[in-house]
Amino acid sequence: MTTTTGIAFQLLQSLFVVLIAPLLMGWVNRCRAWLQNRRAPSLLLPYYAMAKLFHKDAVIARDASPLFRLTPYVLFGCMWLAAGIVPVLATALPFAPAADVIALVGVFALARVFSALAAMDIGTSFGGLGARREMLIGFLAEPAMLMTLFTAAFISGSTQLTTIVNTLAHRAFEVHPSLLFAAVAFLMVLLAENARIPIDNPTTHLELTMVHEAMILEYSARHLALIEWAVAIKLFAYMTLGIALFLPWGIAAAGDWAALPLAVVALGVKLALAGAGLALLESLLAKLRLFLAPEFLSAAFLLAVLGMLMHFLVRG
Amino acid sequence: MTPTLPNIVLAPVSGAVPAWRAEADAAHWRAACEHVAQAGGRLAALWASDERARGTGYRVCALLVVHEGLVCLELRVPQDAPVYPDLAALFPAAGRMQRAAFDLVGVRALRPEGDVPDPRPWLRHGAWPEDAFPLRRDFEAAGTFPTELDRYRFVKVEGEGVHEIPVGPVHAGTIEPGHFRFSIVGEKLLRLEERLGYKHKGIEKRFTALSLEDGARLAGRISGDSTVAYAWAYAMALEGITGAQPSARALGLRALLLERERVANHLGDLGYLGNDCALAFGFAQFWRMKEDLLRANQALFGHRYLMDRIVPGGVRCDVDAAGAKRLVGEALRLKDELRAMRSIYYNHAGLQDRCITTGRLTPRNAARLGVVGLAARASGHAMDARAHPGFAPYDRFSPKVASHRNGDVAARIVVRFEEAFESLRLQRVILEQLADGPRQVPLGAAPEGAFGLGWVEGWRGEVIVALEAGADGRTRRCHPHDPSWQNWPALEHAVIGNIVPDFPLINKSFNLSYSGQDL
Repeated sequence: MTTTTGIAFQLLQSLFVVLIAPLLMGWVNRCRAWLQNRRAPSLLLPYYAMAKLFHKDAVIARDASPLFRLTPYVLFGCMWLAAGIVPVLATALPFAPAADVIALVGVFALARVFSALAAMDIGTSFGGLGARREMLIGFLAEPAMLMTLFTAAFISGSTQLTTIVNTLAHRAFEVHPSLLFAAVAFLMVLLAENARIPIDNPTTHLELTMVHEAMILEYSARHLALIEWAVAIKLFAYMTLGIALFLPWGIAAAGDWAALPLAVVALGVKLALAGAGLALLESLLAKLRLFLAPEFLSAAFLLAVLGMLMHFLVRG
Repeated sequence: MTPTLPNIVLAPVSGAVPAWRAEADAAHWRAACEHVAQAGGRLAALWASDERARGTGYRVCALLVVHEGLVCLELRVPQDAPVYPDLAALFPAAGRMQRAAFDLVGVRALRPEGDVPDPRPWLRHGAWPEDAFPLRRDFEAAGTFPTELDRYRFVKVEGEGVHEIPVGPVHAGTIEPGHFRFSIVGEKLLRLEERLGYKHKGIEKRFTALSLEDGARLAGRISGDSTVAYAWAYAMALEGITGAQPSARALGLRALLLERERVANHLGDLGYLGNDCALAFGFAQFWRMKEDLLRANQALFGHRYLMDRIVPGGVRCDVDAAGAKRLVGEALRLKDELRAMRSIYYNHAGLQDRCITTGRLTPRNAARLGVVGLAARASGHAMDARAHPGFAPYDRFSPKVASHRNGDVAARIVVRFEEAFESLRLQRVILEQLADGPRQVPLGAAPEGAFGLGWVEGWRGEVIVALEAGADGRTRRCHPHDPSWQNWPALEHAVIGNIVPDFPLINKSFNLSYSGQDL
């Protein structure tokens, strides 16, 4: 692999992710609308909404500190970085060796800390409420996420995402029961970390029930647009991470330009199915009572640990 | 049968519901209220009026519900010492009504020890000065005042880790304004204090500027989701005053409209309750069903929410054979759809888990607080003015009263489903038995000082209108009473010990009116 090709791949993928992420959000919303017998909004609605927000003047609370203004950029940067580490189209990513799966979880944690601090910064009661709940969910979701990733790491003998995906994608088909457990746990963490039903409701207007939305209530205009964009990239990153770990077939190998078109098609199909699946799950489930969220995430952790034990027990 | 009260001679009030009235002095007034409270009666409404023009100072009326019907006890309050005995110790629901009576007329309730139970304003938010009272007859309705800063003293909860969340009056959704002050520890609710009155628009004052007939239109606009109930209650009161007797057909049509209003609101609420648990599917389905119903209303009766369809003397709409067929077909179809939705709601583990034991209003608390309507029925009190005392035409249909003992959100969902089914059945029965007759009868003269009462079981609970005729067919005093007066305080009790994110669900399960109680 030449460095230039690698960098080209890396840049291409980073740009691709940032531009395409809101489309996935639009697709999920469209599927949700269909499943509820409603007329669906345009696929491009998230783009329109962000364009509208970028044209508005930001209103910022008088007591807001620079942290409050800085946070949307930090969030956006973190999510973009995360998306740069996850092998979306190809496994040849020059940036990837700089950060392994543990660092990836750390990047998400960094974003969480900033959004919680910014929520408390302006001192409204909803911000504090949301930040508190986010930390409750976060500190339970992170270990479950790490355990899931470790299961995959044990199979491939590395915590490098590119190595893991290379190992899983480009070798003879093999059924790993441990990965099955890890996949379920990962799905549960994905729902919790992306503020989806049953842990949070991204479409609610009820301030008192919000988790993620409560933290960003005071944001407007370009700040809000960046946060919404970051949320879309985060969902995209999680989904592609799940796909890379559990359904990696079709991803392009190092420096293989010819495999790229197939990789794009494969990714598109997988994301469309995953988005529809997410919408289906969200239509079937009601939101859990807040105090059942710890149980939900404990179950995810337990499944991830079981997956890891399974790996040692059956060597697969 | 006339109810018996110690030292009180009751005179019947003519009209469609059994009602009596009497005047008493302060000691007997209070003793009679105590007698009713001990006998298991309750306070339906309390209001004051300015009678200085008659030389009798002010007047406070306590409307009580006893087994036989309604009893309106009137108390003269001297002009130079406008105080009267406090009823909040007997009926907790009286507390806010007494505060509103002071804000509007300037008569104070005093406890036997001589202090005011709660001197804070209720409807006055600084829009008029403390010493001005809008319902006094010398108060100029068009006048303006410099606005004051509203410094309302909420009750402080103290202790380790307790903090407050103020919510509203501006909310994130398109709902009416009300302020909720939560005192919490972590996510647990220690206390909720409501502050209402943001929608005060001087409806009672406005009534006094209208003729008795024009008042019907205003009555229908007190709370938009209960426009049929209010219009009927007002018409009932005015027909009692004038002695008019609407035809059996008009009464049947009124009942039909009232049941349609009930079904529409229950459908909407069931949808919202699903939505508040993030079950958007339920929301979409119930709101489609509600929308179909509203469109049928528009097509057959000329108004989606049936506003101004009930007028004093009868109704302003009719149903022909084709219309009746369409309505029966719709009722049957809705019944099937509702059955399917009921089985989904009852069998959805996630939804049931959110609703069962959430926001419990115990039967004991409901009785103590004098809760009425749907909330009372879901807490074990099967009261329904359609069934008892039963007003025409419901006395012919024997409506089934749905009730549940648990008093939680799930119980209020069950009662809504059961009432919607019963309402659909009643609609079919009403249409089958619809007699011939004129839509509207002439009203006749309203003698000055004549008094009438309207008592209608709306979808939320009993809607009461007390009406007094003035000279030349004008309104001297009209007090419309929403069931929300009794049920808002119950919400404060139902949320105790629940967690903050469950409050919107509990609130929605009561779905109380802001406009109806802010007046």
